[in-house]
Amino acid sequence: MSSKAAPVPAAAPAAQEETPFRRFVAQFAEDRIAVAGLLVFTLIVLAALLAPWITPQNPYSLAKLDLMDSRLPPGSKAGDGFTMMLGSDGFGRDIFSAIFYGLRISLAVGAISCLIAATVGMTVGLIAAYAGGRVENLIMRLVDLQLSLPAILLALILVSMFGKGVDKIIIALVLVQWAYYARTVRGSALVERGKDYVEAARCLGLSHARIVFRHILPNCLAPIIVVATVQTAHSISLEATLSFLGVGLAQTEPSLGVLISNGFQYMLSGKYWISFFPGLALLVTIVSINLVGDRLRDVLNPRLEK
Amino acid sequence: MSPVLEVTGLRTHFFTRGGVVKSVDGVSLSLNAGEVLGLVGESGSGKSVTGFSILGLVDPPGRIVEGSIRLAGRELVGLEEGELQSVRGRDLAMIFQDPMMTLNPVLKVGTQMIETVLAHEKVSEKSARARCIDALSMMGIPAPHERLDAYPHQFSGGMRQRVAIAIALLHNPQVVIADEPTTALDVTIQSQILAKVQELCRERGTALIWITHDLTVIAGLADRIAVMYAGRIVEEGGVDAVLDRPRHPYTQGLIGSVPSRGRKGEKLAQISGSAPSLANLPVGCAFAPRCDKAINRCRVEAPVLPNAAAGSRAACHLAVPTAGQAA
Repeated sequence: MSSKAAPVPAAAPAAQEETPFRRFVAQFAEDRIAVAGLLVFTLIVLAALLAPWITPQNPYSLAKLDLMDSRLPPGSKAGDGFTMMLGSDGFGRDIFSAIFYGLRISLAVGAISCLIAATVGMTVGLIAAYAGGRVENLIMRLVDLQLSLPAILLALILVSMFGKGVDKIIIALVLVQWAYYARTVRGSALVERGKDYVEAARCLGLSHARIVFRHILPNCLAPIIVVATVQTAHSISLEATLSFLGVGLAQTEPSLGVLISNGFQYMLSGKYWISFFPGLALLVTIVSINLVGDRLRDVLNPRLEK
Repeated sequence: MSPVLEVTGLRTHFFTRGGVVKSVDGVSLSLNAGEVLGLVGESGSGKSVTGFSILGLVDPPGRIVEGSIRLAGRELVGLEEGELQSVRGRDLAMIFQDPMMTLNPVLKVGTQMIETVLAHEKVSEKSARARCIDALSMMGIPAPHERLDAYPHQFSGGMRQRVAIAIALLHNPQVVIADEPTTALDVTIQSQILAKVQELCRERGTALIWITHDLTVIAGLADRIAVMYAGRIVEEGGVDAVLDRPRHPYTQGLIGSVPSRGRKGEKLAQISGSAPSLANLPVGCAFAPRCDKAINRCRVEAPVLPNAAAGSRAACHLAVPTAGQAA
């Protein structure tokens, strides 16, 4: 047999090559609502990033705050002359500006805690699936234990132990959330582990670390991405809850949760805007992330494929 | 010439809740450099487990209970995992049945090949890449330098199996174990790949264990045949001797169940019944319940494979008297 006799139907024509990524984008775009969610979320992220340049007031700078401006209704003129579109809170902070700055903190806390929790959970879950036996049992019982406690309760206990501060909140959120990732990753890694390519990789004498992180992990990414989006939304709302309960972030650098909690005492006196607008911002943020997450789950789940 | 691979008295058992499954129960094989051994048997006869045992890749609850596996004189049973890792892929390689499944779908073919080279040799990535291009073109893959950057799904089944074989042969292993590598391919591709593998192994003196249930493939490829039944080798010998004059009733049955043109219209011979449960083997010959020639002795005493060095040998009470002639 000459080597030229081999048929070459292998590659698709190079011009309009359908990469998995392109197919993924096309499928994602089929759902208009999810695209809208992604758009809104992108705007929110931009607003948070650009907050210092697009807000009329720096709510962190105590020198800029004037108690004379406190609790003004939406549309009032501040002492500095700018219009407080969404009113001001009890410290004279412009709600509009405070929301943008609050988003920065809320999103950063959500994203960072999510990233760390995903890394920890992924590693632990992969090890459990690959090692099997006692290691797996130990890890998965820990995960069960973790998941059997209500997240909010555990977070409350942890934060009250650690104290206030962004870093402490993040640690608490990571400790609450790693188990979700571990469980998801272990599930899909177990499936991947049984596949022939893993056996083949072992036959080639590749090291365990290489097989786990180079071969199994990339194949488990789809469910991780889905869990990560949902969990980001979850950790943002968890942080807001903790801050609302007064154990989260400090008053001087308010997150959305702190802003909502500040306004709560004025709710009954009709000064709704102090809590309402930050609450709305939180709601829109979480809904937009969840819309994206739902669509990702539909697109990335092979079982739902049409 | 001393054999490159020598397996003696290999027993691999699986300790399950339902009892001990004796997947491989006393298998001895020996293989010279450049020799092709066809390992034939039904599903569940222990062929694949034998292959994995040689590679040291038997997962719990299974383990090698007894026996020795010598590769070029070096004992593999009892080696530490790290040492086994350095043997696998370099001195011993495996080709799998389904080429759709053995390549990682999310990694480029080149990535998977290069990492195999780098796992066993300290060479630059550039020279590893050059080696991979050579290996691909040797397997008859056109434009190999471009194909290295392609993903497995961009290859056809036959091409993927060529890639898998190229990967297995990257380090010029002494022994290659091929576990039904052409079963999933269509006939024309199958014969191309068979010819290629045969040619390469002959050129390089690579010994090949070809695991299959397809006797027609074996007829054209192997030098010797070992027929497995219920975890044991029941007949072993040169291809022509075994296929033309099978002495074990099981081998006779296997050969009889291959349809051929000459017997068109005739009823196909079949071996009645099904393979016994390996957890609960009969006392005597494992094949006795399905054997139409079985005598009382077969049900009480298990026959052993005689130690004849030359010719063919069969583990059957009834085959013993003719042992001398067939050699």
